[in-house]
Amino acid sequence: MITGGGVDVGSTQTKAILLNDRREIVGRALIGTGANVSKAAEGAFLTAVEHAGFPREAVGYVVGTGYGRYKVTFGDAQITEITCHAKGAQLLFPSTRTVIDMGGQDTKAIKIGPAGEVLDFCMNDKCAAGTGRFMQAAAECLGVSLDEIGPMSLKGQTPVRLTSVCTVFVESDILSYVAQRKKPEDILAGVHKAIATRTISLVRRVGIEDEITFTGGVARNVGMVDALQAVLGRRVNVSVEAHFNGALGAAFFALERAERLAAFPVSVFQFPSVGEP
Amino acid sequence: MATAVTVDKDRKYQSEVNDHSKRIMTEYYDQLARAAKGGEPSGFLMISGNCVEILRAFDMHPVFPEVNALQLAIRKQSLPMILKAEQMGYSSDNCAYVKADVGMLMSGGYGPQGTIPYPSLVVCNYVGCNVYVKWFEHIAEFCKAPLYLLDIPFLREGDAPGQDDITYVVRQLEELIATCSRITGKPFDIDKLREVLALSARAEDGWSRAKELCKVKPAPFDAYFDSINMMGPINVLRGTTQAAGFFAFAVEAFEALAAQHKGPLAEERFRTVVEGPPPYPYYRNFRNLFSAWGAVAVNSTYSTVGGLWEWGFRHDPRRPLESIAEQMLVENLTNRSLTARYQQIRRYVEEWEADALVIHSIKSCRLCSAGQGDMREYFTRELGVPTLLVESDLEDPRYSSEAQMKNRIDAFFESLEHRKFLRKGTGGDA
Repeated sequence: MITGGGVDVGSTQTKAILLNDRREIVGRALIGTGANVSKAAEGAFLTAVEHAGFPREAVGYVVGTGYGRYKVTFGDAQITEITCHAKGAQLLFPSTRTVIDMGGQDTKAIKIGPAGEVLDFCMNDKCAAGTGRFMQAAAECLGVSLDEIGPMSLKGQTPVRLTSVCTVFVESDILSYVAQRKKPEDILAGVHKAIATRTISLVRRVGIEDEITFTGGVARNVGMVDALQAVLGRRVNVSVEAHFNGALGAAFFALERAERLAAFPVSVFQFPSVGEP
Repeated sequence: MATAVTVDKDRKYQSEVNDHSKRIMTEYYDQLARAAKGGEPSGFLMISGNCVEILRAFDMHPVFPEVNALQLAIRKQSLPMILKAEQMGYSSDNCAYVKADVGMLMSGGYGPQGTIPYPSLVVCNYVGCNVYVKWFEHIAEFCKAPLYLLDIPFLREGDAPGQDDITYVVRQLEELIATCSRITGKPFDIDKLREVLALSARAEDGWSRAKELCKVKPAPFDAYFDSINMMGPINVLRGTTQAAGFFAFAVEAFEALAAQHKGPLAEERFRTVVEGPPPYPYYRNFRNLFSAWGAVAVNSTYSTVGGLWEWGFRHDPRRPLESIAEQMLVENLTNRSLTARYQQIRRYVEEWEADALVIHSIKSCRLCSAGQGDMREYFTRELGVPTLLVESDLEDPRYSSEAQMKNRIDAFFESLEHRKFLRKGTGGDA
């Protein structure tokens, strides 16, 4: 059986997926990235292999993605998470044309074609405003866990208005609302609304086209899904695999390459070299 | 889909042309150092739409604070100068070119102890950027030098300069000439100016021909990164035999490369047009990010900030002051409207047959960067030109994040590769 592996080394978490030749997920892993990125990448991959129950050598090709993709030293190739999220979203929801990916430190809007190819993309720049990190800061400030903030925000009746979505200044904003005795639910509803509004302006830059698929770790937050749908005025696809979407796309590319290598073992991937004249 | 090829960080991009440029620019800086020690007269100018020919007619050493600033950045020496200026009170939002230059001035880089002469005259030849006006006022104040500020009317959309505009600038040039004469104690010699202008026109001919050669596939040089090495000769040394000789040499070298189908990379996989200045503090790394994908710039707008020669404008010894005035009004990139820049880029994409547009937006300069979001949308949505927008700064290393930059660039070229692959699959033109 031919197997492809995808390892998505994100700023916060590292995800690994193994796909078999029937495009089924046969192994997976999720671990914190921490300070040693190479170790996290290898750890996630080996855990996924263990989960699949076959030897490491059985994985024909491994693609690394995410910010730490070049730390996937055991991998065969690196592909950016933008390309991988586009492919992953198209695999999960074949009619996807717009992907919103919210990760730990960045948010991406990706416009894709029918084959899952990237047509255009936009990202937040050098600022974690409106990302997973922002939500973490808000959660810490209110003394609740990251898993709780989504459901809590849905209970908010009158969302507060946040003046900025700056991860550094969110604390003082939230504390001032706490001082005004605003309910945590309303504060969190305001936090989610602010992020959704900022995200949509990013998505508009690439153009909003149905279907929209929401991916990345933050897609697990029901409050964020709800806030995005409210601001967009339309439904967004969310898969239970949303968090693994980048790794899934990477695993798909790995599988494709593993299959081609198995069919034509020599010189299939002789990528053009770029060197000195 | 192909993956990027890892490029050695110490990769060499040297060519005979780049070496020649480096040599004559080093000579220029040596001359400045001698002028600083010897107290020879010098005039400070801005690159955009400059009138260096007037100073040359009086044997005044032209000094370009922007070039001094970028030299600091490319040598990774800009940050201490920027911090020095910020300690003096310059805002963190201020243009980092200004801060680096002021920091260098305050750190002793100017005058007999430094390598840059104090100005005998500060010529502010462009008023479109208010920050620059203040910069030159500050230099004049710090160095106790006279300031001459030329008022250059902005060209609005579709406007060609009227005769009134030209006359208005010519009158100011006459005042500038009188000022230079008074400072140097030399009479104005129109024939000397005509000789200088003839040398300028020769350099401009060579520049245009070189840029034209990038229509060839593969382009014989990178019209962004390698053009920047040619910007010294065209903007700083224009009007000298060195600059005229440099471009004759460059054209010959590029014609030979074009005939042999040789480019700056082993393979030209993507042809790009680049808009915006480069991140000088990370210049080499930035170039490597594109080279890794086989991306070669076939034209760029930044190379035309000082003047746009490739569409036929030349300084004219028969119309000395009028042609200088026209250059200052029309050929200065930032004195034209944004839609004029759109049209320039559009022509570059179409006539130079580019695959994509790359916009490098910089924090320091709103004049350069304002409207680039709309520009991206115009080229992506209305013209269907794949466009990448990346952001950092041209001088301040604190505004650059290589990991983020690399991520965007890799993703962009991955998508272009993928589309090429899909077109191949459907019998397209890839």
